[in-house]
Amino acid sequence: MFSFHAIFFPQWATLRMERGAKEKNHHLYKPYSNGIIAKEPSSLEQEIHELRGSANSLRSEPEFEMADIFYFCRRGVESIVDDEVTKRFSAQELESWNLLTRSNYNFRHISVRLSALWGLGVLIRYGFLLPLRLTLAVTGVGLLLVLTTMVGFLPNGELRTYLSEKVHLICYRICVRALTAIITYHNRENKPKNGGICVANHTTPIDVIILANDGCYSMVGQVHGGLMGIIQRAMVKSSPHIWFERSEVKDRHHVAKRLGDHVADKTKQPILIFPEGTCINNTSVMMFKKGSFEIGCTVYPVAIKYDPRFGDAFWNSSKFGIVNYLLRMMSSWAIVCSVWYLPPMNREEGEDAVQFANRVKAAIAAQGGLVDLLWDGGLKRAKVKDAFKEEQQKLYSKVLTVHPALYCAH
Amino acid sequence: MKISPAHIIRLYDRFEFLDKEGSGQLRLEDFAEVKELAMNPIGDRIIGAFFSPGQETVDFPSFVRILAHFRPTDKNRAKDSTQPEPVNSRTSKLKFAFQLYDQDRDGKISRAELLQVLREMLGMQVTEEQLESIADRAIQEADLDRDDAISFEEFRKSLEKVNIEHKMSIRFLR
Repeated sequence: MFSFHAIFFPQWATLRMERGAKEKNHHLYKPYSNGIIAKEPSSLEQEIHELRGSANSLRSEPEFEMADIFYFCRRGVESIVDDEVTKRFSAQELESWNLLTRSNYNFRHISVRLSALWGLGVLIRYGFLLPLRLTLAVTGVGLLLVLTTMVGFLPNGELRTYLSEKVHLICYRICVRALTAIITYHNRENKPKNGGICVANHTTPIDVIILANDGCYSMVGQVHGGLMGIIQRAMVKSSPHIWFERSEVKDRHHVAKRLGDHVADKTKQPILIFPEGTCINNTSVMMFKKGSFEIGCTVYPVAIKYDPRFGDAFWNSSKFGIVNYLLRMMSSWAIVCSVWYLPPMNREEGEDAVQFANRVKAAIAAQGGLVDLLWDGGLKRAKVKDAFKEEQQKLYSKVLTVHPALYCAH
Repeated sequence: MKISPAHIIRLYDRFEFLDKEGSGQLRLEDFAEVKELAMNPIGDRIIGAFFSPGQETVDFPSFVRILAHFRPTDKNRAKDSTQPEPVNSRTSKLKFAFQLYDQDRDGKISRAELLQVLREMLGMQVTEEQLESIADRAIQEADLDRDDAISFEEFRKSLEKVNIEHKMSIRFLR
Protein backbone atom coordinates (compact mmCIF):
# COMPACT_ATOMS: atom_id res chain seq x y z
CA MET A 1 0.00 0.00 0.00
CA PHE A 2 1.10 3.56 -0.28
CA SER A 3 2.13 3.52 3.37
CA PHE A 4 5.04 1.32 2.37
CA HIS A 5 6.33 4.05 0.11
CA ALA A 6 5.70 6.62 2.79
CA ILE A 7 8.22 4.79 4.94
CA PHE A 8 10.69 3.74 2.34
CA PHE A 9 11.21 7.16 0.80
CA PRO A 10 12.29 9.12 3.86
CA GLN A 11 14.48 6.31 5.16
CA TRP A 12 16.36 6.11 1.91
CA ALA A 13 16.64 9.87 1.77
CA THR A 14 17.90 10.05 5.34
CA LEU A 15 20.60 7.50 4.67
CA ARG A 16 21.73 9.30 1.54
CA MET A 17 21.87 12.55 3.43
CA GLU A 18 23.85 11.08 6.29
CA ARG A 19 26.37 9.63 3.94
CA GLY A 20 26.67 12.90 2.07
CA ALA A 21 27.22 14.90 5.22
CA LYS A 22 29.81 12.52 6.57
CA GLU A 23 31.73 12.50 3.32
CA LYS A 24 32.04 16.23 3.33
CA ASN A 25 32.86 16.14 7.02
CA HIS A 26 30.48 18.86 8.03
CA HIS A 27 31.35 19.30 11.65
CA LEU A 28 28.11 21.10 12.26
CA TYR A 29 26.22 17.90 11.71
CA LYS A 30 26.43 16.23 15.07
CA PRO A 31 24.13 13.48 16.25
CA TYR A 32 22.26 14.63 19.30
CA SER A 33 22.61 12.52 22.36
CA ASN A 34 20.12 12.96 25.12
CA GLY A 35 22.02 15.77 26.85
CA ILE A 36 24.71 18.31 26.12
CA ILE A 37 26.83 17.74 29.20
CA ALA A 38 27.95 14.74 31.18
CA LYS A 39 25.93 14.58 34.36
CA GLU A 40 26.98 12.34 37.17
CA PRO A 41 24.08 10.38 38.59
CA SER A 42 25.43 10.48 42.14
CA SER A 43 23.28 11.70 45.00
CA LEU A 44 23.73 14.69 47.26
CA GLU A 45 25.04 12.53 50.13
CA GLN A 46 27.53 10.75 47.95
CA GLU A 47 28.97 13.91 46.48
CA ILE A 48 29.25 15.79 49.75
CA HIS A 49 31.02 12.83 51.33
CA GLU A 50 33.43 12.78 48.43
CA LEU A 51 34.10 16.45 48.95
CA ARG A 52 34.60 15.82 52.65
CA GLY A 53 36.76 12.77 52.23
CA SER A 54 39.41 14.68 50.41
CA ALA A 55 39.23 17.68 52.73
CA ASN A 56 39.47 16.34 56.22
CA SER A 57 39.62 12.69 57.13
CA LEU A 58 40.43 13.29 60.78
CA ARG A 59 36.89 14.27 61.63
CA SER A 60 34.83 12.03 63.80
CA GLU A 61 31.53 13.61 62.98
CA PRO A 62 30.65 15.28 59.69
CA GLU A 63 29.91 18.96 59.96
CA PHE A 64 29.57 21.84 57.62
CA GLU A 65 32.54 22.34 55.31
CA MET A 66 33.23 25.36 53.15
CA ALA A 67 33.62 22.98 50.23
CA ASP A 68 29.98 21.87 50.43
CA ILE A 69 28.94 24.81 48.34
CA PHE A 70 30.70 23.32 45.33
CA TYR A 71 28.07 20.63 45.03
CA PHE A 72 25.16 23.06 44.82
CA CYS A 73 27.13 25.41 42.65
CA ARG A 74 27.96 22.81 40.05
CA ARG A 75 24.46 21.37 40.02
CA GLY A 76 23.08 24.84 39.56
CA VAL A 77 25.33 25.69 36.63
CA GLU A 78 24.69 22.28 35.08
CA SER A 79 20.97 22.96 35.11
CA ILE A 80 21.53 26.33 33.47
CA VAL A 81 23.33 24.62 30.63
CA ASP A 82 21.01 21.65 30.29
CA ASP A 83 18.11 20.72 32.55
CA GLU A 84 16.15 17.50 32.58
CA VAL A 85 12.72 18.99 32.89
CA THR A 86 12.37 21.79 30.35
CA LYS A 87 13.55 19.69 27.48
CA ARG A 88 10.74 17.15 28.05
CA PHE A 89 8.21 19.76 27.08
CA SER A 90 9.57 20.49 23.65
CA ALA A 91 9.84 18.08 20.79
CA GLN A 92 12.65 15.57 20.84
CA GLU A 93 15.59 16.40 18.64
CA LEU A 94 16.45 13.89 15.95
CA GLU A 95 19.76 12.32 15.17
CA SER A 96 19.29 12.74 11.47
CA TRP A 97 16.87 14.86 9.56
CA ASN A 98 13.71 13.24 8.24
CA LEU A 99 13.02 15.84 5.56
CA LEU A 100 10.35 17.61 7.57
CA THR A 101 11.06 21.29 8.17
CA ARG A 102 9.33 21.08 11.51
CA SER A 103 11.98 18.64 12.75
CA ASN A 104 14.79 20.86 11.61
CA TYR A 105 16.37 22.23 14.77
CA ASN A 106 20.06 22.00 14.38
CA PHE A 107 20.75 21.19 10.80
CA ARG A 108 22.09 23.83 8.50
CA HIS A 109 22.02 23.94 4.74
CA ILE A 110 24.11 21.09 3.46
CA SER A 111 23.51 20.65 -0.22
CA VAL A 112 21.29 21.55 -3.11
CA ARG A 113 20.46 17.93 -3.64
CA LEU A 114 19.03 17.72 -0.18
CA SER A 115 16.85 20.75 -0.70
CA ALA A 116 15.55 19.22 -3.90
CA LEU A 117 14.68 16.03 -2.06
CA TRP A 118 12.93 18.07 0.55
CA GLY A 119 10.93 19.89 -2.12
CA LEU A 120 9.85 16.60 -3.61
CA GLY A 121 8.87 15.45 -0.17
CA VAL A 122 6.69 18.52 0.32
CA LEU A 123 4.88 17.86 -2.96
CA ILE A 124 4.14 14.29 -2.05
CA ARG A 125 3.06 15.08 1.48
CA TYR A 126 0.85 18.08 0.83
CA GLY A 127 -0.31 17.25 -2.65
CA PHE A 128 -1.09 13.61 -2.25
CA LEU A 129 -0.98 12.32 1.30
CA LEU A 130 -2.77 15.17 3.03
CA PRO A 131 -5.93 15.32 0.89
CA LEU A 132 -6.22 11.55 1.01
CA ARG A 133 -5.93 11.52 4.76
CA LEU A 134 -8.33 14.39 5.28
CA THR A 135 -10.96 12.52 3.31
CA LEU A 136 -10.46 9.46 5.42
CA ALA A 137 -10.61 11.45 8.64
CA VAL A 138 -13.85 13.13 7.70
CA THR A 139 -15.33 9.78 6.69
CA GLY A 140 -14.22 8.19 9.93
CA VAL A 141 -15.63 10.87 12.20
CA GLY A 142 -18.81 11.13 10.20
CA LEU A 143 -19.42 7.41 10.36
CA LEU A 144 -18.74 7.43 14.08
CA LEU A 145 -21.41 10.06 14.65
CA VAL A 146 -24.00 8.42 12.47
CA LEU A 147 -23.49 4.81 13.50
CA THR A 148 -23.22 5.40 17.24
CA THR A 149 -26.44 7.36 17.16
CA MET A 150 -28.11 4.52 15.30
CA VAL A 151 -26.87 1.90 17.73
CA GLY A 152 -28.07 4.14 20.54
CA PHE A 153 -31.65 3.49 19.50
CA LEU A 154 -31.35 -0.19 20.29
CA PRO A 155 -32.42 -1.40 23.74
CA ASN A 156 -29.73 -2.28 26.27
CA GLY A 157 -28.46 -5.77 25.78
CA GLU A 158 -25.96 -8.08 24.17
CA LEU A 159 -26.74 -7.02 20.60
CA ARG A 160 -26.23 -3.40 21.46
CA THR A 161 -22.90 -4.00 23.20
CA TYR A 162 -21.71 -6.14 20.31
CA LEU A 163 -22.70 -3.63 17.64
CA SER A 164 -21.31 -0.69 19.58
CA GLU A 165 -17.95 -2.44 19.83
CA LYS A 166 -17.92 -3.11 16.12
CA VAL A 167 -18.89 0.44 15.27
CA HIS A 168 -16.19 1.94 17.47
CA LEU A 169 -13.54 -0.37 16.10
CA ILE A 170 -14.43 0.34 12.47
CA CYS A 171 -14.36 4.07 12.94
CA TYR A 172 -11.09 4.03 14.85
CA ARG A 173 -9.54 1.88 12.16
CA ILE A 174 -10.49 4.46 9.57
CA CYS A 175 -9.02 7.22 11.71
CA VAL A 176 -5.83 5.23 12.06
CA ARG A 177 -5.60 4.99 8.27
CA ALA A 178 -6.27 8.70 8.11
CA LEU A 179 -3.11 9.31 10.05
CA THR A 180 -1.22 6.49 8.40
CA ALA A 181 -0.41 5.16 11.80
CA ILE A 182 1.61 1.99 11.63
CA ILE A 183 1.19 0.35 14.96
CA THR A 184 2.82 -2.75 16.33
CA TYR A 185 1.03 -4.28 19.27
CA HIS A 186 3.10 -6.43 21.59
CA ASN A 187 1.92 -8.93 24.17
CA ARG A 188 -1.71 -8.75 23.26
CA GLU A 189 -2.48 -11.51 25.75
CA ASN A 190 -2.22 -8.80 28.41
CA LYS A 191 -4.94 -6.65 26.91
CA PRO A 192 -7.05 -4.82 29.48
CA LYS A 193 -10.20 -6.58 30.61
CA ASN A 194 -13.54 -5.38 31.92
CA GLY A 195 -13.56 -4.02 35.42
CA GLY A 196 -10.06 -2.66 35.25
CA ILE A 197 -8.26 0.54 34.44
CA CYS A 198 -5.83 0.91 31.59
CA VAL A 199 -3.04 3.43 32.19
CA ALA A 200 -0.60 4.64 29.56
CA ASN A 201 1.99 7.32 29.05
CA HIS A 202 0.67 10.37 27.25
CA THR A 203 2.28 12.01 24.26
CA THR A 204 -0.59 13.20 22.12
CA PRO A 205 -4.37 13.01 21.84
CA ILE A 206 -3.75 10.44 19.10
CA ASP A 207 -2.80 7.98 21.86
CA VAL A 208 -6.51 7.44 22.30
CA ILE A 209 -7.00 6.42 18.68
CA ILE A 210 -3.94 4.19 18.78
CA LEU A 211 -5.25 2.25 21.74
CA ALA A 212 -8.91 2.26 20.79
CA ASN A 213 -7.95 0.76 17.46
CA ASP A 214 -7.21 -2.50 19.18
CA GLY A 215 -9.79 -2.67 21.93
CA CYS A 216 -12.79 -0.98 23.39
CA TYR A 217 -12.28 1.39 26.25
CA SER A 218 -14.36 3.84 28.17
CA MET A 219 -12.86 7.25 27.88
CA VAL A 220 -12.59 9.72 30.69
CA GLY A 221 -12.46 13.42 30.15
CA GLN A 222 -13.95 16.84 30.40
CA VAL A 223 -17.03 17.81 28.47
CA HIS A 224 -16.06 20.01 25.55
CA GLY A 225 -18.02 22.26 23.29
CA GLY A 226 -18.03 22.31 19.52
CA LEU A 227 -17.19 19.33 17.37
CA MET A 228 -15.51 17.53 20.23
CA GLY A 229 -18.67 17.84 22.30
CA ILE A 230 -20.81 16.44 19.50
CA ILE A 231 -18.50 13.46 19.19
CA GLN A 232 -18.57 12.92 22.95
CA ARG A 233 -22.34 12.95 23.10
CA ALA A 234 -22.58 10.56 20.16
CA MET A 235 -20.12 8.13 21.72
CA VAL A 236 -22.03 8.02 24.97
CA LYS A 237 -25.20 6.97 23.14
CA SER A 238 -23.84 3.56 22.32
CA SER A 239 -21.42 2.75 25.13
CA PRO A 240 -20.61 4.10 28.59
CA HIS A 241 -17.98 6.83 28.68
CA ILE A 242 -17.25 9.10 31.60
CA TRP A 243 -17.42 12.76 30.74
CA PHE A 244 -17.13 15.32 33.51
CA GLU A 245 -18.41 18.85 33.62
CA ARG A 246 -15.70 21.38 34.35
CA SER A 247 -17.03 22.02 37.81
CA GLU A 248 -17.09 18.34 38.71
CA VAL A 249 -13.42 17.87 37.90
CA LYS A 250 -12.30 19.65 41.06
CA ASP A 251 -14.32 17.38 43.30
CA ARG A 252 -11.96 14.45 43.71
CA HIS A 253 -14.40 12.33 45.65
CA HIS A 254 -17.02 12.67 42.97
CA VAL A 255 -14.53 11.71 40.29
CA ALA A 256 -13.31 8.74 42.31
CA LYS A 257 -16.87 7.59 42.91
CA ARG A 258 -17.84 7.65 39.26
CA LEU A 259 -14.72 5.78 38.27
CA GLY A 260 -15.24 3.30 41.09
CA ASP A 261 -18.85 2.65 40.07
CA HIS A 262 -17.79 2.04 36.50
CA VAL A 263 -15.15 -0.56 37.32
CA ALA A 264 -17.43 -2.30 39.78
CA ASP A 265 -19.79 -3.06 36.91
CA LYS A 266 -18.11 -6.02 35.22
CA THR A 267 -20.09 -5.62 32.01
CA LYS A 268 -18.50 -2.28 31.34
CA GLN A 269 -15.32 -1.85 29.34
CA PRO A 270 -12.02 -0.96 30.97
CA ILE A 271 -11.41 2.73 31.56
CA LEU A 272 -8.58 4.45 29.75
CA ILE A 273 -6.65 6.99 31.80
CA PHE A 274 -3.46 8.95 31.24
CA PRO A 275 -2.13 9.61 34.74
CA GLU A 276 0.54 12.11 33.71
CA GLY A 277 -2.21 14.59 33.12
CA THR A 278 -0.52 16.30 30.21
CA CYS A 279 1.37 15.54 27.01
CA ILE A 280 5.06 14.76 27.42
CA ASN A 281 7.46 14.52 24.51
CA ASN A 282 7.84 10.72 24.58
CA THR A 283 11.41 10.61 25.86
CA SER A 284 10.37 10.19 29.45
CA VAL A 285 7.52 9.36 31.79
CA MET A 286 6.65 11.97 34.36
CA MET A 287 4.89 11.76 37.68
CA PHE A 288 1.65 9.78 37.70
CA LYS A 289 -1.21 11.41 39.55
CA LYS A 290 -2.33 9.05 42.23
CA GLY A 291 -6.10 9.39 41.72
CA SER A 292 -6.49 6.43 39.39
CA PHE A 293 -4.42 4.24 41.67
CA GLU A 294 -6.59 4.82 44.70
CA ILE A 295 -9.65 3.11 43.28
CA GLY A 296 -8.41 -0.33 44.17
CA CYS A 297 -8.97 -2.31 41.01
CA THR A 298 -6.61 -4.06 38.64
CA VAL A 299 -4.40 -1.75 36.64
CA TYR A 300 -3.33 -2.69 33.13
CA PRO A 301 -0.24 -0.65 32.19
CA VAL A 302 0.44 0.11 28.56
CA ALA A 303 3.59 1.67 27.13
CA ILE A 304 3.40 3.65 23.89
CA LYS A 305 6.55 4.63 22.07
CA TYR A 306 6.57 6.65 18.86
CA ASP A 307 9.35 6.44 16.33
CA PRO A 308 10.37 10.08 15.81
CA ARG A 309 11.95 9.50 12.43
CA PHE A 310 8.68 9.49 10.55
CA GLY A 311 6.85 12.28 12.23
CA ASP A 312 6.94 13.87 15.61
CA ALA A 313 3.76 12.90 17.38
CA PHE A 314 4.23 15.09 20.46
CA TRP A 315 1.58 17.77 20.91
CA ASN A 316 3.12 20.90 22.36
CA SER A 317 -0.16 22.46 23.44
CA SER A 318 1.45 25.76 24.36
CA LYS A 319 2.77 26.14 20.84
CA PHE A 320 0.08 24.69 18.60
CA GLY A 321 -3.67 24.39 18.72
CA ILE A 322 -5.36 21.06 18.09
CA VAL A 323 -6.38 21.72 14.49
CA ASN A 324 -2.90 22.92 13.58
CA TYR A 325 -1.51 19.86 15.29
CA LEU A 326 -3.76 17.43 13.42
CA LEU A 327 -2.87 19.00 10.09
CA ARG A 328 0.80 18.61 10.90
CA MET A 329 0.21 14.97 11.82
CA MET A 330 -1.59 14.34 8.58
CA SER A 331 1.17 15.90 6.52
CA SER A 332 3.99 13.92 8.12
CA TRP A 333 5.27 10.80 6.48
CA ALA A 334 3.62 8.40 8.88
CA ILE A 335 3.11 7.79 12.54
CA VAL A 336 5.01 4.71 13.53
CA CYS A 337 4.64 3.46 17.02
CA SER A 338 4.86 0.44 19.26
CA VAL A 339 2.38 -0.47 21.92
CA TRP A 340 3.28 -2.90 24.69
CA TYR A 341 0.58 -4.37 26.87
CA LEU A 342 2.15 -5.05 30.25
CA PRO A 343 0.95 -7.72 32.68
CA PRO A 344 -1.77 -6.48 35.03
CA MET A 345 -0.74 -5.04 38.39
CA ASN A 346 -2.55 -4.78 41.66
CA ARG A 347 -1.84 -2.70 44.73
CA GLU A 348 0.13 -4.77 47.19
CA GLU A 349 -0.20 -5.00 50.95
CA GLY A 350 1.31 -2.03 52.70
CA GLU A 351 1.75 -0.08 49.51
CA ASP A 352 0.09 3.29 49.29
CA ALA A 353 -1.34 4.83 46.12
CA VAL A 354 1.76 6.89 45.40
CA GLN A 355 4.12 3.92 45.67
CA PHE A 356 1.82 1.85 43.51
CA ALA A 357 1.70 4.63 40.93
CA ASN A 358 5.49 4.84 40.88
CA ARG A 359 5.79 1.09 40.47
CA VAL A 360 3.50 1.13 37.46
CA LYS A 361 5.32 4.13 36.05
CA ALA A 362 8.68 2.39 36.36
CA ALA A 363 7.32 -0.66 34.53
CA ILE A 364 6.00 1.48 31.69
CA ALA A 365 9.21 3.47 31.43
CA ALA A 366 11.33 0.32 31.39
CA GLN A 367 9.28 -1.30 28.64
CA GLY A 368 9.08 1.74 26.42
CA GLY A 369 12.72 2.69 26.81
CA LEU A 370 11.75 6.01 28.38
CA VAL A 371 13.45 7.89 31.19
CA ASP A 372 11.60 7.50 34.49
CA LEU A 373 11.37 10.95 36.06
CA LEU A 374 9.98 12.04 39.38
CA TRP A 375 9.03 15.45 38.07
CA ASP A 376 5.44 16.48 37.79
CA GLY A 377 4.15 17.10 34.29
CA GLY A 378 2.29 20.06 35.75
CA LEU A 379 5.61 21.88 35.78
CA LYS A 380 4.95 22.63 32.14
CA ARG A 381 2.81 25.48 33.29
CA ALA A 382 3.31 25.94 37.00
CA LYS A 383 6.15 27.29 39.07
CA VAL A 384 8.39 24.92 40.95
CA LYS A 385 6.95 24.39 44.38
CA ASP A 386 9.00 25.39 47.38
CA ALA A 387 8.61 21.79 48.54
CA PHE A 388 11.33 20.78 46.08
CA LYS A 389 13.77 23.29 47.51
CA GLU A 390 12.91 22.08 51.01
CA GLU A 391 13.66 18.52 49.93
CA GLN A 392 17.16 19.59 48.94
CA GLN A 393 17.62 21.43 52.23
CA LYS A 394 16.39 18.41 54.15
CA LEU A 395 18.78 16.08 52.36
CA TYR A 396 21.68 18.40 53.05
CA SER A 397 20.82 18.86 56.72
CA LYS A 398 20.80 15.07 57.14
CA VAL A 399 24.40 14.97 55.92
CA LEU A 400 25.40 17.41 58.62
CA THR A 401 24.85 15.43 61.78
CA VAL A 402 25.44 18.22 64.24
CA HIS A 403 26.76 17.48 67.74
CA PRO A 404 23.97 15.76 69.74
CA ALA A 405 24.10 18.36 72.52
CA LEU A 406 23.06 21.06 70.11
CA TYR A 407 20.72 19.15 67.85
CA CYS A 408 17.08 18.79 68.78
CA ALA A 409 15.34 16.21 66.60
CA HIS A 410 12.53 17.58 64.45
CA MET B 1 39.43 18.66 26.34
CA LYS B 2 38.96 21.47 23.88
CA ILE B 3 35.83 23.43 23.26
CA SER B 4 34.80 23.05 19.66
CA PRO B 5 32.68 25.38 17.54
CA ALA B 6 29.89 22.80 17.80
CA HIS B 7 29.90 23.19 21.58
CA ILE B 8 29.61 26.95 21.27
CA ILE B 9 26.69 26.49 18.91
CA ARG B 10 25.01 24.22 21.45
CA LEU B 11 25.53 26.82 24.15
CA TYR B 12 24.13 29.47 21.85
CA ASP B 13 21.06 27.33 21.20
CA ARG B 14 20.62 27.02 24.94
CA PHE B 15 21.09 30.78 25.33
CA GLU B 16 18.44 31.41 22.69
CA PHE B 17 16.15 28.92 24.35
CA LEU B 18 16.48 30.69 27.71
CA ASP B 19 16.04 34.10 26.09
CA LYS B 20 12.25 33.98 25.97
CA GLU B 21 11.85 37.54 24.72
CA GLY B 22 14.36 37.09 21.94
CA SER B 23 16.19 40.22 22.99
CA GLY B 24 19.67 38.75 22.68
CA GLN B 25 20.21 39.24 26.40
CA LEU B 26 19.22 37.16 29.38
CA ARG B 27 17.43 38.72 32.33
CA LEU B 28 16.92 37.46 35.88
CA GLU B 29 13.47 36.09 34.97
CA ASP B 30 14.93 33.99 32.15
CA PHE B 31 17.24 32.20 34.57
CA ALA B 32 14.45 31.79 37.07
CA GLU B 33 12.49 29.81 34.46
CA VAL B 34 14.91 26.89 34.73
CA LYS B 35 12.98 24.51 36.97
CA GLU B 36 15.94 22.65 38.41
CA LEU B 37 17.60 25.91 39.33
CA ALA B 38 14.52 27.06 41.23
CA MET B 39 14.84 24.07 43.53
CA ASN B 40 18.54 24.63 44.18
CA PRO B 41 18.90 26.22 47.64
CA ILE B 42 21.51 28.68 46.41
CA GLY B 43 19.89 29.08 43.01
CA ASP B 44 19.51 32.83 43.30
CA ARG B 45 23.13 33.24 44.26
CA ILE B 46 24.27 31.27 41.23
CA ILE B 47 22.09 33.38 38.95
CA GLY B 48 23.63 36.47 40.52
CA ALA B 49 27.08 35.24 39.56
CA PHE B 50 26.23 35.74 35.90
CA PHE B 51 25.45 39.41 36.29
CA SER B 52 28.22 41.94 36.71
CA PRO B 53 27.59 44.46 39.47
CA GLY B 54 25.06 46.98 38.26
CA GLN B 55 24.16 45.00 35.13
CA GLU B 56 20.62 43.80 34.60
CA THR B 57 21.20 41.68 31.53
CA VAL B 58 23.69 39.09 30.36
CA ASP B 59 24.80 38.87 26.77
CA PHE B 60 26.12 35.72 25.12
CA PRO B 61 29.87 36.42 25.49
CA SER B 62 29.41 37.07 29.23
CA PHE B 63 27.29 33.93 29.51
CA VAL B 64 30.05 31.85 27.98
CA ARG B 65 32.75 33.57 30.02
CA ILE B 66 31.08 32.57 33.28
CA LEU B 67 30.47 29.03 32.07
CA ALA B 68 34.11 28.85 31.05
CA HIS B 69 35.00 28.74 34.75
CA PHE B 70 33.64 25.21 34.68
CA ARG B 71 35.79 23.88 31.94
CA PRO B 72 37.95 21.03 33.19
CA THR B 73 41.36 22.28 34.25
CA ASP B 74 44.19 21.79 31.83
CA LYS B 75 46.59 19.83 34.02
CA ASN B 76 49.42 20.12 31.57
CA ARG B 77 49.52 23.84 31.46
CA ALA B 78 52.98 25.13 32.17
CA LYS B 79 53.03 27.60 35.01
CA ASP B 80 53.87 30.87 33.37
CA SER B 81 53.50 33.91 35.55
CA THR B 82 53.56 36.30 32.58
CA GLN B 83 50.36 34.85 31.21
CA PRO B 84 47.06 35.85 32.81
CA GLU B 85 45.44 33.15 34.92
CA PRO B 86 43.16 31.06 32.70
CA VAL B 87 39.54 31.27 33.71
CA ASN B 88 39.28 27.54 34.41
CA SER B 89 42.36 27.17 36.60
CA ARG B 90 42.08 25.95 40.18
CA THR B 91 42.56 29.47 41.49
CA SER B 92 39.88 30.89 39.24
CA LYS B 93 37.42 28.20 40.26
CA LEU B 94 38.18 28.93 43.90
CA LYS B 95 37.63 32.64 43.28
CA PHE B 96 34.26 31.87 41.69
CA ALA B 97 33.17 29.85 44.71
CA PHE B 98 34.57 32.49 47.06
CA GLN B 99 32.44 35.13 45.41
CA LEU B 100 29.35 33.03 45.94
CA TYR B 101 29.97 33.49 49.65
CA ASP B 102 31.35 37.04 49.55
CA GLN B 103 28.38 38.89 48.12
CA ASP B 104 29.54 42.42 48.95
CA ARG B 105 32.86 41.71 47.24
CA ASP B 106 35.00 43.15 49.98
CA GLY B 107 37.45 40.26 49.74
CA LYS B 108 36.36 38.67 53.02
CA ILE B 109 33.61 36.27 54.00
CA SER B 110 32.16 37.84 57.12
CA ARG B 111 30.24 35.94 59.75
CA ALA B 112 27.01 37.50 58.52
CA GLU B 113 27.68 36.42 54.92
CA LEU B 114 28.43 32.88 56.06
CA LEU B 115 25.25 32.78 58.09
CA GLN B 116 23.32 33.93 55.05
CA VAL B 117 24.63 31.05 52.93
CA LEU B 118 23.93 28.54 55.68
CA ARG B 119 20.39 29.81 55.99
CA GLU B 120 19.88 29.25 52.28
CA MET B 121 21.38 25.77 52.25
CA LEU B 122 19.54 24.57 55.33
CA GLY B 123 16.32 26.57 55.38
CA MET B 124 13.92 25.53 58.13
CA GLN B 125 15.72 22.29 58.86
CA VAL B 126 17.84 23.68 61.71
CA THR B 127 17.28 26.35 64.35
CA GLU B 128 18.92 29.77 64.42
CA GLU B 129 21.20 28.69 67.30
CA GLN B 130 22.39 25.69 65.35
CA LEU B 131 23.11 27.91 62.35
CA GLU B 132 25.15 30.26 64.51
CA SER B 133 27.14 27.46 66.06
CA ILE B 134 27.88 25.96 62.66
CA ALA B 135 29.05 29.36 61.41
CA ASP B 136 31.19 29.90 64.50
CA ARG B 137 32.84 26.54 64.09
CA ALA B 138 33.54 27.08 60.40
CA ILE B 139 35.14 30.47 61.00
CA GLN B 140 37.17 29.16 63.94
CA GLU B 141 38.68 26.51 61.71
CA ALA B 142 39.48 28.58 58.69
CA ASP B 143 40.21 31.99 60.17
CA LEU B 144 43.94 31.99 60.77
CA ASP B 145 44.57 35.68 61.43
CA ARG B 146 41.71 35.90 63.92
CA ASP B 147 39.91 38.80 62.28
CA ASP B 148 36.56 37.00 62.49
CA ALA B 149 36.30 36.74 58.70
CA ILE B 150 37.67 34.43 56.03
CA SER B 151 39.90 36.00 53.42
CA PHE B 152 40.54 34.43 50.02
CA GLU B 153 43.89 33.02 51.13
CA GLU B 154 42.39 31.44 54.24
CA PHE B 155 39.60 30.04 52.04
CA ARG B 156 42.13 28.60 49.65
CA LYS B 157 44.15 27.08 52.48
CA SER B 158 41.15 25.38 54.05
CA LEU B 159 40.33 23.78 50.71
CA GLU B 160 43.86 22.59 49.99
CA LYS B 161 42.95 18.95 49.93
CA VAL B 162 39.67 19.22 48.04
CA ASN B 163 39.62 17.99 44.46
CA ILE B 164 38.23 21.22 43.05
CA GLU B 165 39.23 20.54 39.48
CA HIS B 166 36.86 17.60 39.42
CA LYS B 167 34.01 18.97 41.52
CA MET B 168 33.78 22.31 39.77
CA SER B 169 34.00 21.03 36.23
CA ILE B 170 31.36 20.32 33.65
CA ARG B 171 32.20 18.14 30.70
CA PHE B 172 30.57 18.35 27.31
CA LEU B 173 29.36 15.08 25.86
CA ARG B 174 31.23 14.40 22.62
